[in-house]
Amino acid sequence: MTALVNPPEPTGSTPPHQAARGAGPVLPKQHGPASPLRVLTRGASTIWSNKKARIGVVLLLAFVALAIFAPLIAPYGAGENGFGRNQSPSGSHWFGTTAAGEDVLSQVIFGARISVLVGFIAGFLSTLIAVVVGLSWGYIRGPLADVINFIVNLVLVIPGLPLMIVIAAYLQNGGMTMIIFVVVLTGWAYGARVLRSQTQSIRGRDFITAAQFAGDGAARIVFHEILPNMTSLITGSFFGAATSAVLAESGLSFLGIGDTTTVSWGSMLFWASNSNALLTGQWVLLFAPGLCIALIATSLTLINFGVDGLSNPRLREGTGR
Amino acid sequence: MWYPLRKLGLLLLTAWAAITLNFLLPRLMPGTPADAAIAKLAQNGPVDPATRAAIEAQLGVPTGDVWSQYVQYLGNVSRLDFGVSYTFFPQSVSSLVLNALPWTLVMVGLVTIVAFVLGTLLGVLAAWKRGTWLDTLPTLGGTFTSAFPYFWTALLLVFFLGYTLKWFPTSGAYGLEATPNLSLAFIGDALGHAWLPAVTILVTSVGGWILGMRNNMINTLGDDYVTFAEANGLRTHTVAIKYAARNAILPNLTGFGLALGGVVGGSLLVEQVFNYPGVGYLLFNAVTNQDFPLMQALFLMITISILLANFLVDILYGLLDPRTRR
Repeated sequence: MTALVNPPEPTGSTPPHQAARGAGPVLPKQHGPASPLRVLTRGASTIWSNKKARIGVVLLLAFVALAIFAPLIAPYGAGENGFGRNQSPSGSHWFGTTAAGEDVLSQVIFGARISVLVGFIAGFLSTLIAVVVGLSWGYIRGPLADVINFIVNLVLVIPGLPLMIVIAAYLQNGGMTMIIFVVVLTGWAYGARVLRSQTQSIRGRDFITAAQFAGDGAARIVFHEILPNMTSLITGSFFGAATSAVLAESGLSFLGIGDTTTVSWGSMLFWASNSNALLTGQWVLLFAPGLCIALIATSLTLINFGVDGLSNPRLREGTGR
Repeated sequence: MWYPLRKLGLLLLTAWAAITLNFLLPRLMPGTPADAAIAKLAQNGPVDPATRAAIEAQLGVPTGDVWSQYVQYLGNVSRLDFGVSYTFFPQSVSSLVLNALPWTLVMVGLVTIVAFVLGTLLGVLAAWKRGTWLDTLPTLGGTFTSAFPYFWTALLLVFFLGYTLKWFPTSGAYGLEATPNLSLAFIGDALGHAWLPAVTILVTSVGGWILGMRNNMINTLGDDYVTFAEANGLRTHTVAIKYAARNAILPNLTGFGLALGGVVGGSLLVEQVFNYPGVGYLLFNAVTNQDFPLMQALFLMITISILLANFLVDILYGLLDPRTRR
């Protein structure tokens, strides 16, 4: 039982009754609410203690470093062409060249920028909407909650990719901003539903009743009292939203929706399949960008294994039951 | 209210909302289809007013107030009349959609059921044997494969099994010489062509079911009634299947509807790679050719199919879990 070795810690305020234990002079002083920094380091160490999550963190950091230092790492520029066309891997072009005579390795390295950027921005915006909608929706009662319920379920059930394709077809040539917009538009609902059910269960706790009697307004209760208790769930929905954003961006770019001249892993595969890389036998050109998409998405999911352990000790790493 | 009736009411309400969204979407967007067509023409030189009038007459510029347009639109939808396709000109949108729909429905439908059953079983096994290789292999494998972009799995399978090893045909839903009919030879041909797209969807979607079921199982296995059943000395597989898995499968079923949207979206990408003549391939063609009537009808059909599948799952859920029927 690892749960005993590593007991679940409340992420919010420390209950006041713990102060009663501090009778002896040697005992450390009891403090009020845990400082945000301590909560953060404690959470990070819980995530790090999970083997899978540790692999995920290392992988993600590697991709972020690749994205930031792309111009230093890549042997050539992303759009630099004029090398031989459709070359197989060689000493000067490790991954070969594309049909337009660009260096594949450099494109793979620069492609990390788009995926990391879209993942973070779209993940952050989706989570922001999910937090605002999910928490308010969980706290309020009455007909408005039913209306929100219907809207969220509608967004959830409407297939995301076809909707994104249709919207993208209307908003022509929008480029990356348009892709982020459609990804966020379809990506916030799942997080909102998860956060709402947790809010509903917290809503009935005593400290919320106390805050209500103390005369706090609804907004203060929701974002000041309830929100700090949901850090782990919010982190989880961020990584979940970022994963689907990365995958959605690659899918849209692969279909050639958005700006096909932007070098991203999806658009590399768009050009590769349009220039018949299948027939020229350039398997590295097909293999590398897709593997990178799969790896960055896996890293985000792996981190979420650790984040799951924050809110649910049963899911922490352990053997047996 | 009676459970299936309540669900039916919800289905109708959601379908109405989806139909209305489909009506509003083009109207919320900047420009009309006619504007888009004129802009395309304008790239090659100035467009004179006569051409503009002809295009507007052909593509139809909305007339009257929004309300009467909406009433007319609802009437058209109820008669399955979505107008004429721009790209495949004399053909009506409905006939195009009806030709494409069976390919996607049969293939994606069958694969989804296989993936759900397989993934759920592997998830039960992983949770029961937690910490052993039977857990690690499906969990890590599932995490990795569910992160695969659908089109990438498809490209790799086409490349290695199609072009390099030549085990499977690489494109289309049936041979070039064949015409669709119900003979055994044709069905065999169609099955041969369906293998690669089906395996692609299976590989990419099974991981989600494994992970979901494993998490639910782990939670259920910690419950008191499972410990009690074990303490009673019941056989292990009785505890695992009849006590734990039976309850753990319920959240996975609820997730079915949400996952279905993802699978259908993925199948669009897969059809694109394999030139499989289903709904996704048609939607992609409609988008690249700015065939707005076809695009709208396809989007509506995909959404309605998913709503129906969700409805069936809800009914099944009610049969499995008496608590929801109240």
